[in-house]
Amino acid sequence: MRVIVLILALIVAAPAFAVQPDEMLADPALEARARAISKEVRCLVCRNESIDDSNASLARDLRLLVRERLTAGDSDAEVLDYLVERYGEFVLLKPKFSAANAALWLAGPAAFLIGLIVIVAYHRARRPHAEAREAPLTDEEKRRLDDILNG
Amino acid sequence: MIVELGHFALTLAFAVALFQAVVPLVGAGRGWADWMRAAAPAAVMQFLLIGFAFAALVHAFVTLDFSVRIVAEHSNSQIPVLYRVSGTWGNHEGSMLLLVLILALFGATVAAFGRDLPLGLKARALSVQSMIAAAFTAFILFTSNPFDRLSPAPLDGNDLNPLLQDIGLAIHPPFLYLGYVGLSMVFSFAVAALIEGKVDAAWARWVRPWTLMAWVMLTIGIALGSYWAYYELGWGGWWFWDPVENASFMPWLVAGALLHSAIVVEKRNALKAWTILLAILAFSLSLVGIFIVRSGVLTSVHAFANDPARGVFILAILGVTIIGSLTLFAWRAPAMRSEGLFQPVSREGGLILNNLLLAVAAAVVFTGTLAPLVREFIDGAKISVGAPFFELAFTPFMVLVIVAMPLGSLLPWKRGDLGRVMARLWWAAAAALALGGVVWGLQSGEALLAPVGLALAAWLILGVFVEIGARIGLPRASPGTALGRLVRLPRADWGKFLAHGGFGLSVMGIAAVTAWEVEDIRLASPGESYMLGGYEIHFDSVSDGQGPNYLYQRGHFTVFRDGEVVAVMEPEKRLYPVQGQPTTEAAIDMGLTRDLYLVLGDKQTTGDAWVVRAYLKPLANWIWLGALVMAIGGLVSLTDRRYRVGAAARRARPAPVAAE
Repeated sequence: MRVIVLILALIVAAPAFAVQPDEMLADPALEARARAISKEVRCLVCRNESIDDSNASLARDLRLLVRERLTAGDSDAEVLDYLVERYGEFVLLKPKFSAANAALWLAGPAAFLIGLIVIVAYHRARRPHAEAREAPLTDEEKRRLDDILNG
Repeated sequence: MIVELGHFALTLAFAVALFQAVVPLVGAGRGWADWMRAAAPAAVMQFLLIGFAFAALVHAFVTLDFSVRIVAEHSNSQIPVLYRVSGTWGNHEGSMLLLVLILALFGATVAAFGRDLPLGLKARALSVQSMIAAAFTAFILFTSNPFDRLSPAPLDGNDLNPLLQDIGLAIHPPFLYLGYVGLSMVFSFAVAALIEGKVDAAWARWVRPWTLMAWVMLTIGIALGSYWAYYELGWGGWWFWDPVENASFMPWLVAGALLHSAIVVEKRNALKAWTILLAILAFSLSLVGIFIVRSGVLTSVHAFANDPARGVFILAILGVTIIGSLTLFAWRAPAMRSEGLFQPVSREGGLILNNLLLAVAAAVVFTGTLAPLVREFIDGAKISVGAPFFELAFTPFMVLVIVAMPLGSLLPWKRGDLGRVMARLWWAAAAALALGGVVWGLQSGEALLAPVGLALAAWLILGVFVEIGARIGLPRASPGTALGRLVRLPRADWGKFLAHGGFGLSVMGIAAVTAWEVEDIRLASPGESYMLGGYEIHFDSVSDGQGPNYLYQRGHFTVFRDGEVVAVMEPEKRLYPVQGQPTTEAAIDMGLTRDLYLVLGDKQTTGDAWVVRAYLKPLANWIWLGALVMAIGGLVSLTDRRYRVGAAARRARPAPVAAE
């Protein structure tokens, strides 16, 4: 009895695991492209998972759809465009470079450039000021330095 | 009864925290020494009270007191004792209590061991630390009471989330909290210094150990989390750029920058304002991390407590902290004059570049993590930002960090010469490029990831050896002299070598496993054999059974190489009946050169074939081995003589010192 419960439970509750053998395309080159695309497509009902990783049935549907489009002769970009058309930009894990996403894409390079400019400006501004403060030694200091060096 | 006492102790601790937040601060402002001295006993008291409250909660979990709501919700009579204990913080309320416990622990540590601290600085730092503790204690008391009772009490509990029933994940949150809270101590010192208007080498010497400790704990905590994802989530991924992972990664990056800039403050009396700002940022990002995890605004794989009221409360803490500290910073920082002069090409310059790159890298993670939220707020558009974005936007800055690291490490203070540094490093550069070339040649011109990644890793690791050579005067010094110098190198130097080298090991593992992983997904029946990258995998059988609190189906595999048995592997599918949740337990045969990783999938509805996923992951373990070496480096640096010198000097004082 317990064994039956176990088997039933496992069959009912078992997650369908990410990419399944029956989904895979016979052509290895095409399959490799499908996998690469899948890694960039979000499983819409999951939390931050790509359809390549996800166990959800919707992810499976999308994986099959990607393979269908590839078999039909679409390029990688065409497949992604097709998905965006159907499901919106939400489906892309790597947002497109567009005006609305510019802040996201440019945040890193812009922060780097601004940082560099600030550092250079700060260094320039500080140098004359700091050098001015580095006063020449007084006679007393020179005498003591002489003592230390030659003493 | 004990539970109620725990609740009472926590309430008392809140009162003590308020006292400690106000009295020493006022005392320091007015110059009243006895008010300032009140900080230390209050900190110890606060720790004892919270310690009691925490112990009461652990007691409830260990004795399975299901009349306590969170015990009933997150434990079960079938759970092994270890997970009963870790169940204490495997839930929202308990984990916040753990956070407050660590806050109080660090305050008490400063109170007990900070005898050499100037009285005013100590009073102010403990006061700020207590403000944070008071805020979080209030958060627990008003929104997340762990001591809630249920009436009537259920007969048995609801079980701990099966994914959390794992030794790696049981100790992962405490490490992260030690890191976050360590940064709170740094923050408290920074705010205290802003109030005092004084940042000097002595201040940096107090702050750097706390930063180092926090960074070490974050390193271990992040590595544990990543390792857990690797073996538990079931498909061998080790980093998902998930918001919760990013939440711990941002403070780690900034803490990394901070512990480098604190060196400049300590040794060269420069970069003061920037170091203070980093201290504020590091803790603010820790708070952002806590907010992301606790509020669930960014839904993620691991968020296990979502509640808007809690989110708003933490957001308020976050807002007050950031606005308050930055206002104070804007007001007081301009008064901080840096003294040390330096040329752009110098050790200081290298450390500034390190700081810039790490801060920018943290900014990239920050924008990427929050972009979906911000876009939705601005124009209602829903976008996703996932791994492919971060890989593209984050990696270039890390490449720059790696390229610059050996160069900056070898530059002298104040004024350096890149030509002279390259004269030492040329063979490391040549060897790294040669390695990259060979790898590129062997894999017949595919992706650049492996050759570039491995060359960068080699550059880092060889760079460390060049630096060791330079420090002990090779090649000019005689072997004996060099060895003597090697033994006498300060521990801080060894810490640096280990941390930098460990980073190189991690980079090597990441590059190798990303570029060269072999994957095989297929239907296989018991009795079948097949090849995976030179290994022959034989599928023996599948058996059923029962664990302490779960049922399992276990696959039995034997792996051969050249006809000899390499490993017997038993991946499992588990079902935890109380929560009805299935999990997969991958079988991993670990090795220094590769991991074999096997996952048992579903049985086909017809026939006796199973889905079997097999992976060959070259150098996978180097990722965490590197993290471990980095953490050890931090610990070694923490034992450096200059942090113990105060104690040594006290002991030495009675003995007369011979004149030199």
